[in-house]
Amino acid sequence: MFKNLMSWIEYRMPFMEKMNLHVMQYPAPKNFNFWYFFGSLAMLVLVNQIVTGIWLTMNFVPTAEGAFASVEYIMRDVEYGWLLRYMHSTGASAFFVVVYLHMFRGMMYGSYQKPRELLWIFGMLIFLVLMAEAFMGYLLPWGQMSFWGAQVIISIFGVIPGIGEDLTLWIRGDYVISGATLNRFFALHVIALPLVLVILVFLHIIALHEVGSNNPDGIDVKRPNDGQTYENNVSDKFKFHEYFTKGGKKIIVDAIPFHPYYTVKDIVGVVGFLIAFCAVIFFVPEGGGFFLEPPNFEPANPMKTPEHIAPVWYFTPFYAILRAVPDQLFGAIFMFAAIVLLALLPWIDRCHVRSVRYRSTLHKLNLVNFVISFIVLGVLGVLPATPTYTLIAQIASVAYFGFFGLLWWYSKNEKTKPLPVRLS
Amino acid sequence: MSNAPVDHGRRRFLTIATSVVGGVGAVGAAVPFIASWNPSEKAKQAGAAVTADISKLEDGMLIRVEWRGKPVWVVKRTPDMLKQLTDVEPNLRDPGSDEEQQPAYAKNQHRSIKPEIFVAVGICTHLGCSPTYKLADFDAHVEGIASGFFCPCHGSTYDMAGRVFSGVPAPKNLMIPPYMFTDDNTLLIGADEGTA
Amino acid sequence: MLKQLFSVLALVASSAALAAGGPAVKLDKAPIDLYNKESLQNGARLFQNYCLGCHQMEYQRYSRTFRDLGIPDEVGMETLAFGAKKVGDHIKNAAPKADLAKWFGAAPPDLTNVARVRGPDWLYTYLRSFYVDPTRPFGVNNTVFPLVGMPHVLQELQGIPYKRVEKQMIDGVEHEVTIIEADGTGELSKEEYDRAVADLVNYLEYTGEPSKLESHSLGIKVMIFLFIFFILAFLLKKEYWKDVH
Repeated sequence: MFKNLMSWIEYRMPFMEKMNLHVMQYPAPKNFNFWYFFGSLAMLVLVNQIVTGIWLTMNFVPTAEGAFASVEYIMRDVEYGWLLRYMHSTGASAFFVVVYLHMFRGMMYGSYQKPRELLWIFGMLIFLVLMAEAFMGYLLPWGQMSFWGAQVIISIFGVIPGIGEDLTLWIRGDYVISGATLNRFFALHVIALPLVLVILVFLHIIALHEVGSNNPDGIDVKRPNDGQTYENNVSDKFKFHEYFTKGGKKIIVDAIPFHPYYTVKDIVGVVGFLIAFCAVIFFVPEGGGFFLEPPNFEPANPMKTPEHIAPVWYFTPFYAILRAVPDQLFGAIFMFAAIVLLALLPWIDRCHVRSVRYRSTLHKLNLVNFVISFIVLGVLGVLPATPTYTLIAQIASVAYFGFFGLLWWYSKNEKTKPLPVRLS
Repeated sequence: MSNAPVDHGRRRFLTIATSVVGGVGAVGAAVPFIASWNPSEKAKQAGAAVTADISKLEDGMLIRVEWRGKPVWVVKRTPDMLKQLTDVEPNLRDPGSDEEQQPAYAKNQHRSIKPEIFVAVGICTHLGCSPTYKLADFDAHVEGIASGFFCPCHGSTYDMAGRVFSGVPAPKNLMIPPYMFTDDNTLLIGADEGTA
Repeated sequence: MLKQLFSVLALVASSAALAAGGPAVKLDKAPIDLYNKESLQNGARLFQNYCLGCHQMEYQRYSRTFRDLGIPDEVGMETLAFGAKKVGDHIKNAAPKADLAKWFGAAPPDLTNVARVRGPDWLYTYLRSFYVDPTRPFGVNNTVFPLVGMPHVLQELQGIPYKRVEKQMIDGVEHEVTIIEADGTGELSKEEYDRAVADLVNYLEYTGEPSKLESHSLGIKVMIFLFIFFILAFLLKKEYWKDVH
């Protein structure tokens, strides 16, 4: 009975065939390590944000007059409202932790290199939309930090010569951040950007499945079927979808079906993540003042600026770059350049060896430089812009941009190690 | 790869065990989402019991009190009204109040705690209109009966204990809310000894 | 452990911020104990008697305070709820807001979440840092909040506080220490006053996040569940991956 139903559906929509193609007979390299958890975790956090977000929308009032009180209503009067709120606020920060680690994996193993450039571009687009989504979401509780943080960031658009003032007026919908701004940010945050995000994630995975995952050794698992034999090839045990063997022209080496091996491994990753996630939600939801900032427990007051305005922690590296540059316009340009350069990595990195494991010591040190400068910039972004801190931010900015310059320079003739034939 | 034979039994056990625990987790995770739909503290406080002062209630008088957005009637019944409660019984759909339209303490002929004080939700059990109180001219609707409730929307009639007559559109007796006397002159409508 | 990690990060950031902004008053640690119902009840009583005149808690309901603090509704309505009509009402006053802003220079802020904005240590120190200052409109100033517009509403409990600067030897180095000491005309001794302020701040910490205790108790159960789930999931993974390794 059930089999008949399944074949009736299958004839009209090849559901099982697609499941085989993308899950049960999909070849994934066998050597995925800890860094490979963060893609599936990002999807988990996306689902969390959407579901808790929908539930929050059931009680949130998107007007300047009612927003703050409605969040208090959710926290105090709605059953388990406090839990839904904390899941959403912690999820926002968790999203960026996961996404930054996910991106760094790509940088370490050269996952942005050919043929995965488009995959990387989709990822960068997701990152950009995610930043916009988080920024708009942060205005909604209408606290002091919501209001003043938005005021500062939107006025950055004012530095664009000629159209700047009109542009900020158009974005705000008013002469100052007001209910008009809140209303439109609510619509964008709740439906427009999430739709864009989901579509981009879908495209991101399509692009991934077309070329297949990279791996920590950076060598291909789909090899030409040219007679070369591979001893103890675990892939021989499994049947993969014919799409990947391309009618016998390719063979699969050292890869395993995604299901059950990576489904079962990703569950471990998910539960491990949930342990950290729930520890924060139930015991330290404010995140030491970084996930929920103290000034935001006061309603927005256009007449009173908080002593210390800073964007949320995940924006601070870019904010530090913005402040480090003495000129307003160039500060903004450099801030955007910091992200654009990341997107251009497939073309900046001219080396054809993907994984850091087989690249030069210089490249390893350069990656360490990137991490340190990113973190230093991040810390500086939460601190006030004193002359000393600004100097350090300028040095760290030079180090950050230096990563790309150095990489472009040495990658052309880089001294790499010989690549292994088999995955480790 | 391990060359030992696959232990299918262990695999099945672990798969089932993990699935069951995962299922429990999924149900647990669903709890806050479902529970958040329950009436919030704001709704519960707005729906809380209301006090009614009946010290000035005279014979035959009806006062209206709002509880949970609904009209609740409090009537001081006269001895004549109470006598007529027996007379009408042959014409009632549910004279014994067998349908669960009232708390246990109102499952009697006068459908109330004290015979002379009648408390009922003033909403017709047909389609929700609020019937009119006919103190003296109810016999235009039911011959020989002086007082009762007449619903103008579709003509349903109720006696002075809120019991519905046969042959009218309304299917059930008027609902009696939970209530109690906090003292002889004060009613608390919406709560009773069991819930207060 | 996690809390400490975050606190260290916050401390680094905030102390760096403070170092940049100039020396701030050292804050005393507020003895918070949200499980101490007696303390919370005393704090609620103090709030209603001394703060409600000018301040409100417009997001906290009386019914919530009564339920969480173990106060029966009738008792609470009679002894604590001044001006409330129903037990579900929010903690508000009838004070004329515009006039208050005029008299004090700024409208007295709502205090429901003040412990989340300022932190309990700040509140605990602030309420014990008023001192006589004849140049101020209400005759008092405050070392934690200089030029504050608020009068010293707890004066009848503390007595009249005077500030002086003393030279003290600490670890062999001479420091200038600011001392605030009351003149003994208050209803309470110094220890009793500190205890009363601690109770009040404890109550404010509670109203800022009434769900905290429920969150901790549910959280323990969730963490235990997750650890069990993790072990099972890990064993399952290891079992299947025997095929691969």
